[in-house]
Amino acid sequence: MFKRLGDAGAAVTLKIDGKPISARTGDTVAAAMLAAGVDHCRTTPVTGSPRAPYCLMGVCFDCLVTIDGVGSRQGCLVPVREGMAVETQVGKREAGR
Amino acid sequence: MAGNDYDVAVVGGGLVGAATSWGLAREGLRVALLDEGDRAVRASRGNFALVWVQSKGLGLAAYAGWTIRSSNAWGGFSDLLKQETGLDVSFQRPGGFHLCLSEKELEARANNLRRLHNQPGIVEYRTEMLDHGQVARMLPDIGPEVVGASYCPLDGHVNSLRLFRTLHTAINARGVTYLPSHRVENITKEGGEFRLTTAKGEIRAGKVALAAGNANMQLAPMVGLEAPMRPERGQIVVSERLRPFLHYPVVTLRQTDEGTVMMGDSKEESTDPTGLTLGVSATEVERAVRQFPLLRNVNVVRTWSAIRVMTQDGFPIYDESESHPGAFVLCCHSGVTLCANHALTVAPMIARGALDTSLVAPFSARRFHVQEAG
Repeated sequence: MFKRLGDAGAAVTLKIDGKPISARTGDTVAAAMLAAGVDHCRTTPVTGSPRAPYCLMGVCFDCLVTIDGVGSRQGCLVPVREGMAVETQVGKREAGR
Repeated sequence: MAGNDYDVAVVGGGLVGAATSWGLAREGLRVALLDEGDRAVRASRGNFALVWVQSKGLGLAAYAGWTIRSSNAWGGFSDLLKQETGLDVSFQRPGGFHLCLSEKELEARANNLRRLHNQPGIVEYRTEMLDHGQVARMLPDIGPEVVGASYCPLDGHVNSLRLFRTLHTAINARGVTYLPSHRVENITKEGGEFRLTTAKGEIRAGKVALAAGNANMQLAPMVGLEAPMRPERGQIVVSERLRPFLHYPVVTLRQTDEGTVMMGDSKEESTDPTGLTLGVSATEVERAVRQFPLLRNVNVVRTWSAIRVMTQDGFPIYDESESHPGAFVLCCHSGVTLCANHALTVAPMIARGALDTSLVAPFSARRFHVQEAG
């Protein structure tokens, strides 16, 4: 659905739910997920409804994911890094993660 | 009775007033509930939602018995509300903890409880002192700094915002006339009936029950009663929704049925409900993290302050007027814990027209006049 512009940075590899995904330096986690065709990054704490990155500017909190073991990170505010482990956040966050 | 618009006018639409109105309507009375508007300073919107027994009654033994009566009635009360409204206020009574973060705190806690339970005339109930290992068996996520705790199996909690909504749904279904934006400015008794001057005109009723929280201080003298209060500010910090990890309420910390963790129990001398003292919130959270280290990286989503309804000695006031028969006053800090009593015990007394002194005499405001109390 999304197409990259020509001037993308150097390639990095991260994992989303254990699956290797190719992204570019300068991508945010949210952008990398959208570019990789991920259709949802979390389910809501109450009804379990699926959510994907939306505002991409730190406001809507719909792109919450677990990054390197820490839950409820805003994917649109975190730049990708080589070897980063991103997980879909399912329902309520687990305390301590 | 002829000419009265209502049998009873209840003043104050928070938890105390709504529970009392519900109880009066169950007795078949025509009830008007006079409330302020949306901007009322309302403890019912800001409270911590414990149905709490341990610690209650040091200095007034009868308060322990009164609290346990309500705690014991709470289960049946929430069932009644559910039958009438279909709403579940999530009352749970797994027992509750008071966690101590040093040997000194633990010793002070044990001494307090000893003094409480040694009072003459106090009702028998169990509060245990537990060491770290005993606490960890029930609360596996406590941190190493928790040296021990007191535990009382009678303690519980509820979803108090839903309780507030449920009571208003229930009184509406029972035909109580709810009158918002009717701030009461004056009360007189003429020709055997009470006349309440409000921002939106006069309301007449055969009886009046004052349940206006700290504002009872101004209202009570209008009908020959008194309510000496000392409002106090508390702050609460709320986390994002988390998977259930805390299956017992702690006096300063609890996980709601919806997953958020509330951290609170601060006390400040202030009557400003709009201010927040950041240092106070920080201290609440710092202690919460020492109690449960897994909260360290959890996100805070809300924080607020609210004004506690507090009498000058912290114990409830229930009184009826000698100079203005038919006028009653209800003041208490624990509007959630005592909600079942107000609905099921105090309201029927008001409906009958006389407080049952065998139950509530210790809570008369006459106790503030040592010389005259006799």
